[in-house]
Amino acid sequence: MGWYNKRLAKSLWVFHISGSPCNNCDIEILDLLTPRYDVERLGIKLVGSIRHADVLLVTGIFNQKIAPKIKKIYEQAPKPIFVVAVGTCVSSGCCFKESYNRVEKREEVIPIDMYIPGCPPKPESMIEAVAKLLGVLNG
Amino acid sequence: MIAWILFHLFVFPGMLFTSVLGLLVGWLDRKVSAWFQFRVGPPLFQNFNDFFKLLGKETIIVKSAVKSVFIVAPLAAFAVLTLIATIIGLALFYNEGFAGDMFVVMYLTMTFSVMVILGGSATGNVYSSIGAGREMKLLLADELAFILVFLVPIVKSGYQVQFDQILAYQQNAGAIIGSPSGIIAFIVGILCIQAKMTLAPFHIPEAETELVDGPFMEYSGPLLAFWKLDHYMMYVIFPFLLVLLFLGGFNLTGIGILWSVLKYVGIVVVMIIIKNTNPRIRIDTALNFFWKYASPLAFIGVILAVLGV
Repeated sequence: MGWYNKRLAKSLWVFHISGSPCNNCDIEILDLLTPRYDVERLGIKLVGSIRHADVLLVTGIFNQKIAPKIKKIYEQAPKPIFVVAVGTCVSSGCCFKESYNRVEKREEVIPIDMYIPGCPPKPESMIEAVAKLLGVLNG
Repeated sequence: MIAWILFHLFVFPGMLFTSVLGLLVGWLDRKVSAWFQFRVGPPLFQNFNDFFKLLGKETIIVKSAVKSVFIVAPLAAFAVLTLIATIIGLALFYNEGFAGDMFVVMYLTMTFSVMVILGGSATGNVYSSIGAGREMKLLLADELAFILVFLVPIVKSGYQVQFDQILAYQQNAGAIIGSPSGIIAFIVGILCIQAKMTLAPFHIPEAETELVDGPFMEYSGPLLAFWKLDHYMMYVIFPFLLVLLFLGGFNLTGIGILWSVLKYVGIVVVMIIIKNTNPRIRIDTALNFFWKYASPLAFIGVILAVLGV
């Protein structure tokens, strides 16, 4: 599978889900996809349909209402699929960690492969995280 | 003889040649588009990586889909494009043709759009259905102008309906684009190709911002790979068609090679420039444009050609 993983590493198509965030991480993700950072150099492309995606970027604390929908979207994706959690909310809950409608463990909704901390993380740190994912794929 | 036919169909100038050249020219499209936005753009083999990656992904067959049509549509579209590429390539590189091959090509280009419509409406998804409907309207819009564009070389070459005869005429009397009617038909031809390939400003069926890839939305894995490959193969087929009809074909000896490459890349770059400098238009605007302006213009071209200008 080494040869296929290298192809996959060079063409990661990204789909973006916002699981009840405060919207800052989403804005930073959109910044990441602007010409200034130009992630198309690395083969990364934003796609509109989950059926085309290789990477899910999820943000937010996953409240009770959105969690089943995120699970459904994850199940609709063609495998192999990687889940990258953007922002501190997904890993620790950040300032919403005692919110009444949060999901206790985000990992139980969907398996998460990589966390990018930061509130919100800079586009540079997201690129670094994706580069690490590429390093894992390339062995 | 059979081996030779299979070679033409599968290797050169058919499937393999068109796919590889198409994916490379698709890279040129993405690179030039990146330059337009002051970006660096993807590496050279990006489209190959995308294609092989998609081949290895899981294929999801949607529950609401009509299974047979859903699976057959992208493969049939690929077969149709391979056939068009073979017919045009045989005329361009080997000077071979058969009576009425122009009509076969006209018919097959329409068949490709029909495959997109079938594939899109087989998924049972609302967005895909809207995309398929828009593709149908776009086909109604551009088909008349496209056929009128074909008529100009037919009339100019003394009512020949064979690609190699048109090439032979152009070798004696100069390229058809050298005449006023030829210029008009060439301009309308580029606009029609833009609509046939659903490039901007006519990417109405795929409208990635509101229809999320339209007819191709529910496709994943190898089937999506074939749709992508179909799109890139058209980057070879349609510019070759214009070169064949209006620019006097390719001359593959000495300095002629440079001219041949320039002709092809020139048409592709004009298409990319149109793509990057125009916003998407509405479907009614597209219908208006083709029926009120492009088709009458092409018709004037045909009349001029009949008058011998």
